[in-house]
Amino acid sequence: MRPGSGFGGGLGRALLCVVALVWLFPYLWMGLTSLKPLAEIIASPTALWPKKPTLDAYREVFRSLPLARYFFNTSVMALGIAALQILLALPAGYALAKLRFRGKRWALGLIVATLLVPAQVRFVPVFSLLASVGLVNTLTGLILPFGVSALGTFLVRQALLSVPDAQIEAARIDGASELYIVYRLLTPLLKPTLVSFFLFSFVSHWNDYFWPLVLTTDEHARTLPLAIALLREQGTGVRWHLVMAGNVILSLPALAVFAAAQRHLLRAVSMRGFGG
Amino acid sequence: MKPSRAADPYWMLLPTLLLLFVFFVFPLGKLVELSLFSWDLLTPAHYVGLANYRSLWRSGELWQTFSTTLSMSMAVVLGSMSAGLGLALLLDRPGRFAAFVRSAVFSAYIVSWVSVGLLFLWLLDADSGILAGAWRALAPGRAPHWLADPALAPWAVAAVTIWKITGYALVIFLAGLQDMPQSVLEAAQLDGASTARRFASVTWPLLRPTTLFVATTSLIASFQLFDVVRVMTQGGPVRSTTVFVYAIYEQLFLDLRVGRASAEAVVFFGILLLLTGAQFLLFRDQESG
Repeated sequence: MRPGSGFGGGLGRALLCVVALVWLFPYLWMGLTSLKPLAEIIASPTALWPKKPTLDAYREVFRSLPLARYFFNTSVMALGIAALQILLALPAGYALAKLRFRGKRWALGLIVATLLVPAQVRFVPVFSLLASVGLVNTLTGLILPFGVSALGTFLVRQALLSVPDAQIEAARIDGASELYIVYRLLTPLLKPTLVSFFLFSFVSHWNDYFWPLVLTTDEHARTLPLAIALLREQGTGVRWHLVMAGNVILSLPALAVFAAAQRHLLRAVSMRGFGG
Repeated sequence: MKPSRAADPYWMLLPTLLLLFVFFVFPLGKLVELSLFSWDLLTPAHYVGLANYRSLWRSGELWQTFSTTLSMSMAVVLGSMSAGLGLALLLDRPGRFAAFVRSAVFSAYIVSWVSVGLLFLWLLDADSGILAGAWRALAPGRAPHWLADPALAPWAVAAVTIWKITGYALVIFLAGLQDMPQSVLEAAQLDGASTARRFASVTWPLLRPTTLFVATTSLIASFQLFDVVRVMTQGGPVRSTTVFVYAIYEQLFLDLRVGRASAEAVVFFGILLLLTGAQFLLFRDQESG
């Protein structure tokens, strides 16, 4: 073991087990509850394993909600935002990192300044703006306000600073257009940054609750987190087995991305940390 | 580098700047304008000057929202930072089990606020929740109503938030520990310094910039809490968990008071700017000193 680390030995191991339990038990409990009939939940709230495991809760959730529609909306929204952010960040980041032009400092300053304005501050006027052009309750309305990521632009710029000018000049001499340079030549070089940023943006917007809550009023453009949160608000008495089944459906995709790409998400979090 | 054509950098930046203008710059100006009007979204708006700000101040609403947000945020920052630092020290070791536990803690940061809110609503349920059940099994009498008691609800929501974001502090602290110069720690160990001594006189001082960074970023993030409040308590009971963003949301969508909501958002933004400015100054001092 490296020196400087905390506790070793048996005490450390026991503490690790407690930590694992604190962070994993809630997921386990969510899964187990979703497999129990409601009567069983009420009769013995603390019994761990379901006496008669059943998938009825999932059947009920699938029957009562247009889940396919919500999945579609959520995926289109999250993919659309992440893709648009990268599409726009590439040329902007390239111009800011590599090209000389008047107003560059001003443009960079503006982009960094917008990092300070969270969605929670701008939603009142953005809502009234989108309402005035009929974009409330549409996927376009959900995507557009997040189409540019100041953070993404900034990260692309930072990553491009370390690409040698000579490489770009060589491509120009070979007759490459600026579009070719931005989207074909540079993307492989930026791959780690782009993949991490894409995944992080996708997961954040897949999970987003605030903006869809503000901007959708009916089923048409409703997203999954909203629909699952509504499961609890509907009807009389909370049917926890349904809520937990819905919660499993909501959290599994995020956990799957996490399991498949943890390294990238970790990178994104520390980039976000030290990137600005 | 010289652009191939003089116009190139401008069209490359145009879509980005256009969207930033429409969805960031313009809304901020519009927000300030709206805050000077009284408007219910249905009838025409009329100019009221600073009346919205005055009424927020005089009714005590602004102060109440601010102190609720501040106390919950402080609890979240202190809790998630100490947990994150403790776990980073515990988990800064090789081995598959440690890696697995790191992933488990970090996964909560990736799962949605809605999932976490619903999950803990169920765990904390006063009738059939497993925590209430465990309480009844261990102690006589009913379990406290974590979410229905105004004295407990803010701390219950803060605890859930800590559970969710400790993974963030953990990741940053682990990076800080791994960046630490090994020679210094080895020297301290050779000198026979105990684990506690090594932590107090080597690790902790070296972690200062990391700690400051985690503290300020988590504070700014906690000031923007909304989802978990909307899902778990809707600002209640008796407004005990009405944090800034929830208060603004409530003014706009439940009370249809656009002007007041905007005024509150302007104040909220001012506070965020102050926090960010403080963060900036702290880090400048850190770098020069």
